[in-house]
Amino acid sequence: MAKQLTIFVENRAGRLKAISENLYKNHINIRAFTIQDRGDYGLLRLIVDKPNDAYLALADVGCACALKDVLAVSVSDQPGNFHTLTFALAASNINITDAYGFVVQPHKTGICCMEIEPAQLAKAADVARQAGFTVLEDEELYSL
Amino acid sequence: MDIPFWNKEIETAERSRLEQIQLERLKVTVGWALKTALYRKRLNQAGINSPDDIKSLGDLRRIPFTTKDDLRVSFPKGHLAVDMVDVLRIHSSSGTTGIPTVIYYSREDVDNWTDLLARSIVGAGGTRADVFQNMMTYGFFTGGLGLHYGAERVGMTVIPISGGNTKRQIQTMRDFRSTVLHVTPSYLLHIHSKLGDEGVCLEDLALRKAFIGAEPHSENTRRKLQDLLRIEAFNSYGLSELNGPGVAFECVCRKDMHVWEDGYIAEIIDPKTGEVLKDGQEGELVLTNIVRRATPILRYRTRDLAFLHPQGCDCGRTHRRLSRILGRTDDMLIINGVNVFPSQIEEKIMKIPEVATNYLIHVDKKGALDRLTVKVEIYPKLFLGEVSKLESLKHKIVEELRASITISPAVELHEPGSLPVSEGKAKRVVDERPKD
Repeated sequence: MAKQLTIFVENRAGRLKAISENLYKNHINIRAFTIQDRGDYGLLRLIVDKPNDAYLALADVGCACALKDVLAVSVSDQPGNFHTLTFALAASNINITDAYGFVVQPHKTGICCMEIEPAQLAKAADVARQAGFTVLEDEELYSL
Repeated sequence: MDIPFWNKEIETAERSRLEQIQLERLKVTVGWALKTALYRKRLNQAGINSPDDIKSLGDLRRIPFTTKDDLRVSFPKGHLAVDMVDVLRIHSSSGTTGIPTVIYYSREDVDNWTDLLARSIVGAGGTRADVFQNMMTYGFFTGGLGLHYGAERVGMTVIPISGGNTKRQIQTMRDFRSTVLHVTPSYLLHIHSKLGDEGVCLEDLALRKAFIGAEPHSENTRRKLQDLLRIEAFNSYGLSELNGPGVAFECVCRKDMHVWEDGYIAEIIDPKTGEVLKDGQEGELVLTNIVRRATPILRYRTRDLAFLHPQGCDCGRTHRRLSRILGRTDDMLIINGVNVFPSQIEEKIMKIPEVATNYLIHVDKKGALDRLTVKVEIYPKLFLGEVSKLESLKHKIVEELRASITISPAVELHEPGSLPVSEGKAKRVVDERPKD
């Protein structure tokens, strides 16, 4: 499974900068990020090239962060593909807790990262594969 | 000026007569106190084994002080002087930690308290023709029920609406033509700011007086309330350990509050040495309740700073007047009239594993009302990266605190290491309410 790094960040000036600075100094490359805003705080979610190193670097300075398995699938960048994926998961009654997508140029490959209840995660991966999608493992995702 | 009285004979009695009453009642109270586990030993140690060992009011000083902590240690019944079958009511207030302070009232105690409140209301010009909207919370808190009984005894039309629900408060004021309110000053300011939202103007109302208590306020705040609402506002003082409201109340002169000295013995002491100070000197108010049988409390340290006026009052009452409360000798916070100790908050949040050791209690104003925000750091080792867990953590903190301090704070989650550290003299409480 692919690893996502989730970091608790207070919603005030300078907090993201403290994290990006730490990652940069530890030579971590960011593949994708998204922020979930909750008012007084937010959760920064990152796909990076060296998730374990990034986790340790941040935990070392006292950051509240967590590494988590996510379902990352690659889809070709064409109409209807996202629907095929959500259709397959819905048909198996799998809930996507949270998700974000990005397109990797120049190959025009779409990536969809999904947070899924841990108990359903393995099943979700099978369903995605059966529907014709490629489930990306750690290295595959980071070396795109 | 026409000065109204409830019991003119007692309210204007000569000082010597008042002191005679105080001595008689103190002796009786000491007799009741000797029945309790809390006082028996400490009175005996002071050489007081029977009421007859109290020979003058000066002997009061032989009795050691009672603190809130003593009442916590004696929880639940160590200070109860009668059989439970003779207890008519129980009130309770927040302790400094999880153990509340409980007070028992016999039928006679409730009757005596009610009489002092009727006296307070009439002294402030309330009459049986008034419609009394009681906006103080009913329940364990003494503010609601105390004035309720007093107002009924006066014969007012009582609206027991209790606290909160501003919309309904305003509609009720309009629909029933309420004339007298009992309310905290901050809530009354809040209500005023919401009149327009309800399409109500002062001309639609019949307000003429407000009894304002449960939180300290300045003369400026009183004037503001009086000007904004075109009413007379009367300061009120009491605390649940000494019955509740009705310990001291302003008369129509509105120049500080008469302590009802046939019901309470008031002393002002130096909070550091315990030495009794003279009238006019500022110090900590110490009160002895001399008309309560079920829970006699001797020389209770209120932690409130104030002074007693040395001279009499234009109304002719001989009962000395207590100044506004000028401060506290402890760290108690008053949030919209509710007493909150930082230790209560700390005790609750430190029991929650997902919370790290640093926290901050922040108080400010949102409009006219106080706002309490509890800021906690999340504990990194228990962080799982899930929003739902963080939100349920917030919810849990709010629920725990609401159960303990009766008000719901806002809770903010902070990054580890971002709040003042726990070692040394960390400033845990930031009070940014304007002092006027």
